[in-house]
Amino acid sequence: MSGPHRPTDPSGLERYYVLTGGRSGPDGPASSLDVATLITSRAAAGPGTGLQHEHEEILRRCREPLSVAELGAHLGLPFNILAVLLADLLDAGRVEARDPIPASDAGRGPDLALLEEVLSGLQRL
Amino acid sequence: MDFKGFDGPERHPADGTAGARSVKVMIAGGFGTGKTTMVRSVSDIKPLTTEETLTQASAGVDHLIGVTDKQETTVSLDFGKICLNDRLTLYLFGTPGQERFWFLWNGLFKGALGAVVLVDTRRLASSFRAIEEMERQDVPFVIALNVFPDSREHPVEEIRDALDISPDIPVVACDARDRASSRDVLIALIRHLKERSAAALEPR
Repeated sequence: MSGPHRPTDPSGLERYYVLTGGRSGPDGPASSLDVATLITSRAAAGPGTGLQHEHEEILRRCREPLSVAELGAHLGLPFNILAVLLADLLDAGRVEARDPIPASDAGRGPDLALLEEVLSGLQRL
Repeated sequence: MDFKGFDGPERHPADGTAGARSVKVMIAGGFGTGKTTMVRSVSDIKPLTTEETLTQASAGVDHLIGVTDKQETTVSLDFGKICLNDRLTLYLFGTPGQERFWFLWNGLFKGALGAVVLVDTRRLASSFRAIEEMERQDVPFVIALNVFPDSREHPVEEIRDALDISPDIPVVACDARDRASSRDVLIALIRHLKERSAAALEPR
């Protein structure tokens, strides 16, 4: 498969197609991405080779942890398109992803300490 | 700090954010019940919107979600966040207005602590679908009666009967425009989750 060509007017549909190389959705670790998953750039990530502008932009914005939803809003990208780009970065080890903590873990049961932490945070508002 | 030659998978920036985690709560309810208002009133940040334009994406990337309906529709999620402490952030997501598109948000409710279902007491039926969806997906929830200026007083029990919900589900009144009131709804949800958890942990 050859690399995507740069369009002269990368907007809308064509832009998404180019950004994702025509891929419809992420595979592997990114397939479970949640809107509330926190993305953080890895410390060692320097200027990359073969990265698109949007990849660089994600790395720059995620020096501090940022949710997938915030990234999508800031970059003006729909969730599915962003998920494909994040899959590239996850595969390359350039970012890490932490999913939101569920209230109950299948293995450990309900997480009362977490609920207590959320409650005290809300009560301080 | 530079660890030359070491490139293990667990390297984090040494800035105190390495342990940052998130939790998520969904704000559901019928169209016009005040979901976006609640997200806006309680969020630390100006609420943002993340969007999915169905037709464009489908046409471009071929069977994105396997939908044959080519009607162009933008499905959007309004969201905000609350910094609970320096390591834990609560994200609040208002569900899309058109409930028939919820299925697009695969995993939207998965991983959520729970949900608030907003109800406009003048139009109870507009939130039936949201309640059904919570029950179907087994998402713990509380009912928040958003009190609009021209809402007449309804006894909570009357509304509970009309909504046909189980007696252990909290029903609270609120003003979604008010930060403290919206926060209290979230507190009611977390207390409900704690009670459920405690019940689940009790030996039978």
